[in-house]
Amino acid sequence: MPDAAAIHAGDDGHGHEHVHHPAHQHHFQTMEQQAEASTLGMWVFLITEVMFFGGLLMAYLIYRVWYPEAWSEGSQELNIILGGFNTVVLIGSSLTMALAVRAAQTGWRKGTIVFLILTMMLGLTFLVVKVFEYKEKFETGHVPGPNFHFEGPFGPQAEIFFSLYFALTGLHALHMIIGFGILSVILWMAWRNKFSPQWYTPVELSGLYWHFVDIVWIFLFPLLYLVDRAHNVV
Amino acid sequence: MSGHISPKSTYYAVFGALMVLTAITVGVAFIHLGTLNFPVALGIAIFKATLVILFFMHVKYSSRLTKMIVGIAFFFLAILLLLTLTDYGSRGWYASSRGTTTAGTQVTVTGPNQARKPVAGEAR
Repeated sequence: MPDAAAIHAGDDGHGHEHVHHPAHQHHFQTMEQQAEASTLGMWVFLITEVMFFGGLLMAYLIYRVWYPEAWSEGSQELNIILGGFNTVVLIGSSLTMALAVRAAQTGWRKGTIVFLILTMMLGLTFLVVKVFEYKEKFETGHVPGPNFHFEGPFGPQAEIFFSLYFALTGLHALHMIIGFGILSVILWMAWRNKFSPQWYTPVELSGLYWHFVDIVWIFLFPLLYLVDRAHNVV
Repeated sequence: MSGHISPKSTYYAVFGALMVLTAITVGVAFIHLGTLNFPVALGIAIFKATLVILFFMHVKYSSRLTKMIVGIAFFFLAILLLLTLTDYGSRGWYASSRGTTTAGTQVTVTGPNQARKPVAGEAR
């Protein structure tokens, strides 16, 4: 019998007679209440993340209103093929993550492990593509700083566009790396058979984080790569 | 723990919808819609995000308290974005002897009887 599902009878020192799940903390009345509190806490954290990226998005919007030409020209320099490929990869990783959570919900250990590995591989693919994109920016001199080079009259303004490009995608990539680390721990826990249909909260919450990072990219892709492709100015 | 378990078909359908919307947003970006390009791209992104939140993140099946917290996140984001944009969007609406252009640069318009000495302590 897997140890996560091992339910021990209630002599836990404070006189409970009913059966107790090992993951059940004594200050919660039920497992449902405990899961509800964890989910709520994760969402409160995600609010702070929304505001974190929201501030950068605000900077993006204001500079876009000020320098529409530079935004249009800067956007043309980004690789739409790689950006689009990464969008597909990341949404695919959200699907495998959702399926990993579902496997944990239904107590399918092997499924949880396989889908977590798939999610991590897709996340890694995203990051590798990002490395090639960054490399190309270094080669063409589109990295803000003393060596920044941009043809045309909008060079200094385009430098602001690329500053925001690196800030937004860099922080997004950092979130991906942290997500990869979190999923490694979850994978290890799944391997040790820690989860069961009664308790899979860590898988669920890591899933929330992973999907959030996916949502950030859902906004970054059109805002950075697609904006003003049709050569129109605000 | 008795969370809602969505059928696999739901996840595949949401994934399919997200792929179609991604294709649409790329396609639309190359069509000249004038000032509409940006709102359309943003609208599609918001719709995609909503699908992820409702189905992948299980908010559709969450408690009303969780739903409210999620709503609050976007309520505060809207305050951040919209109230700031009312400032930047309305610059230069009112003509004054000292004001700002739409690009935020401070300008001083001087004419007959309009040149005035800066008040002590006033930023120039």
